[in-house]
Amino acid sequence: MTITLEPAIHGDRVSLLRVLGPAHVWALGVGIVLVGEFTGWNFAADKGGALAALIVCWVVGLLYTSVAMIDSEVTSTVAAAGGQYAQAKHIVGPLMAFNVALFLVFAYTMLEVSDAILLGDTIVAKAGVEGLTHNSFIAATIVVLAWLNYRGVLMTLNVNFVITAIAYISIVILFFSVSPWTQGAVLKLNELVTPGNALPYGWIGVIAAFQFGIWYYLGIEGTTQAAEEVRSPARSLPYGTMAGMITLLIAAAMTWYVCASMMPWEYLGITYYPLWDAGKLTGSPLLENLLFVATLLAAMASANGCINDAARAWFSLGRDRYLPTWFSAVHPRYRTPYRSILFLLPIALAFAFIADLNQAITFSILSGVLQYTFMSINIIMFRKKWPLGSIRRGYTHPFHPIPAIVLFCLCVVTFFAIFLGFGSQLIAMVAFYFLISLWFHFYRYKFVRRGDQFTMPWPKPQGY
Amino acid sequence: MWTVLSYACWGISIVLALWMLYDWFKVDTTFSEEVLTSSREGELEAVSEKHRI
Repeated sequence: MTITLEPAIHGDRVSLLRVLGPAHVWALGVGIVLVGEFTGWNFAADKGGALAALIVCWVVGLLYTSVAMIDSEVTSTVAAAGGQYAQAKHIVGPLMAFNVALFLVFAYTMLEVSDAILLGDTIVAKAGVEGLTHNSFIAATIVVLAWLNYRGVLMTLNVNFVITAIAYISIVILFFSVSPWTQGAVLKLNELVTPGNALPYGWIGVIAAFQFGIWYYLGIEGTTQAAEEVRSPARSLPYGTMAGMITLLIAAAMTWYVCASMMPWEYLGITYYPLWDAGKLTGSPLLENLLFVATLLAAMASANGCINDAARAWFSLGRDRYLPTWFSAVHPRYRTPYRSILFLLPIALAFAFIADLNQAITFSILSGVLQYTFMSINIIMFRKKWPLGSIRRGYTHPFHPIPAIVLFCLCVVTFFAIFLGFGSQLIAMVAFYFLISLWFHFYRYKFVRRGDQFTMPWPKPQGY
Repeated sequence: MWTVLSYACWGISIVLALWMLYDWFKVDTTFSEEVLTSSREGELEAVSEKHRI
């Protein structure tokens, strides 16, 4: 496929480029998430045992299926860069929108930082060279991917599609290489997960495991950030998001089955490389190297998608004057939010060099769960203000309001789980969002052109 | 080999970072601020986009 773009500027406007299809949406969502199968989910086993990691795989899968369904309906209607930020702005109001945009930027930037640290640490672990540090690999990951994002969204997500597909196929190859249909040859699930050790800390361990169960699917909602760059938002976004969710549910189940059948939960819960370790345990150098490369590619795909999404959320804030309009510049040739990409680049580098992996991951998860909590409230308000039939929807999710209620309840459980493990970070983060909300309400909002920020051609909401 | 790769990573990072800074400067000095920040939310331009697939 070749695309030639003759006139970069249409009249006096420079906008983001609509060139993406459903495969790119899939690549963006699954690309951000898949790294969670290569590291992260397994810490759930440390919190509650191997069976707890499986229980949260399915229960958190339910949380994210609700997220994907709700997101697909709202985004197929509010097709704008910024995703959930644009949704919040139109459905709840400016203060909520400002907070949601910050949730997005924090969640994706901290995830990008975690991905870069993981990639650097993986290379250093493989090299085993005295004195070799991860800093150069972290810098290269963040700068090269920022450059790719700077040069255009189409190439960025084409690359993401290829590397995500390779990482995903490696999980499938590993799964079929260990003869999953027989026990005893390679897999020893019956010996490793017994009634005596399946839930070593009981049901409170299952609750605590929610904190890391999020990693199976964290970031799938990032597909909505592409809303302004897909050719057909009403079709591509629901299709790409739901296909991505199905893909991830399969990958999560395969990953748990292989890893829990090859490693005792005490080790599985602390290793940084569950799939790479599983590759090593097969005794095949080919599988070991394949899973090493796949771990790197998954981390790259995730960081790449995160740069894309964080920049669009930041760009949207600038465009609505929630931040200085300087951030809303679009590159006239590459049609990307280049200033937002460049602004977030040194921030990501600074965090990657000074923060540790656990801190970065926790900030990312916290911001993500805050965002999901908002989504459950958002869809209730959306259906109430604009009932079915009042505006055109690209997709209508079934069983409303059950997904919203399920999502809200699971978010509450996850907050409790995070509080058990990282209570001080949770309180610090909530305090930060409270203070920044005061700044926005009392200082920044006076710069916003109030009429200009609402762009959707919708009828008046019911009750107004 | 890993040490060489590490130095190569620093080199690539510096070159690409400098290129982005150069391009940023070039764009900002070539186009007016009104043009660069003229994007508006919700605009559908698929039909006006001139591309060949």
